[in-house]
Amino acid sequence: MSKILLNIDGRDVEAKEGATILQAAQSAGIGIPTLCHHEKLEPYGACRLCTVEAETRGTTRLVAACLYPVEQKLVVRTRSEKVDRIRKMILELLLCHAPNSRELQALADEYGADKGRFEKEASFCVNCGLCVRYCAEVKKKNAVGFVGRGARREISFVPEIAARECKTCKECFPLCPTEALQAAYVLADALSCFSPSSALGLKG
Amino acid sequence: MDSERIDQIIDKYQGEASSLIQILLEIQSENRWLPKEALMRVSEKLQVPMTRVQHIATFYKAFSTVPKGRHEVHVCVGTACHVRGARRVLDKVQEVTGIQPGETDSDLRFSLETVNCLGCCALGPVVEIDGKAHGKMSPSETAHVLNGYE
Repeated sequence: MSKILLNIDGRDVEAKEGATILQAAQSAGIGIPTLCHHEKLEPYGACRLCTVEAETRGTTRLVAACLYPVEQKLVVRTRSEKVDRIRKMILELLLCHAPNSRELQALADEYGADKGRFEKEASFCVNCGLCVRYCAEVKKKNAVGFVGRGARREISFVPEIAARECKTCKECFPLCPTEALQAAYVLADALSCFSPSSALGLKG
Repeated sequence: MDSERIDQIIDKYQGEASSLIQILLEIQSENRWLPKEALMRVSEKLQVPMTRVQHIATFYKAFSTVPKGRHEVHVCVGTACHVRGARRVLDKVQEVTGIQPGETDSDLRFSLETVNCLGCCALGPVVEIDGKAHGKMSPSETAHVLNGYE
């Protein structure tokens, strides 16, 4: 594997070919905030909180650090004014869905996000997909998945699988950036209305 | 819909996981909705996780995971139909069928949806029932047309 030299926040960093900006930054001890990233899972790029400025051959683009592969002479800025402004906005928007999340609260303090800027519409889920992807990729059980689309997208357990697998596992709960409340609630909901003969278990 | 017919449809596509959407579309068009048993059967036969089948079945508007009526009524509320009085036509449809957009009545006679343009604005206000467009509708004519469907 050839080495790739790049520059992150003014520091020269060496990374393996195929690594992402996030991995390069982490190995150099430079922190980039993430919500939907987990080292055991495939990069997903859902939360966009890891947005950084990446400059190649004179053009600067905003990219998701968890997805963008490093390249020679790449210049990355993780805390420019523009990046901070974008993260602040993302946090303000996410906070309407999960106002009580400690992880979001801490990040909001760091980036000066106004926690009450938008009207609260607490769904307690930011659709980061950590529980869904962990169940599919690590546990290979596929007990929890997304249903719906756009503003109505939410997680949903498959009662038949959840009744069998979830009681002893629940490993997805601590992954949740909104403090696991939602997954627990949705799981309980799925199991409470489940009887093997029930025909209608799906939401419309 | 019996599971034999579902198996037939799946076999028609050689049980290819990549034909998932085609299979769901075919079940949807024959059965008018996707019962959970059908989704589980498809998931099992195609070796696609139930979570993904659910995700797809709830993602596309062409699929329904709740029963649909025998007749699908689409009332156009696009700009052209709107200025020609689509609102009153829609009110009439709601009055006759007793359901709101997105709902199905308990006799499974009608399902009602609003759409934003059917592409024949000169005929506005347009009501489409089971794919047949009824143009230049007045509220009273709407009631008359709806009563012709059993």
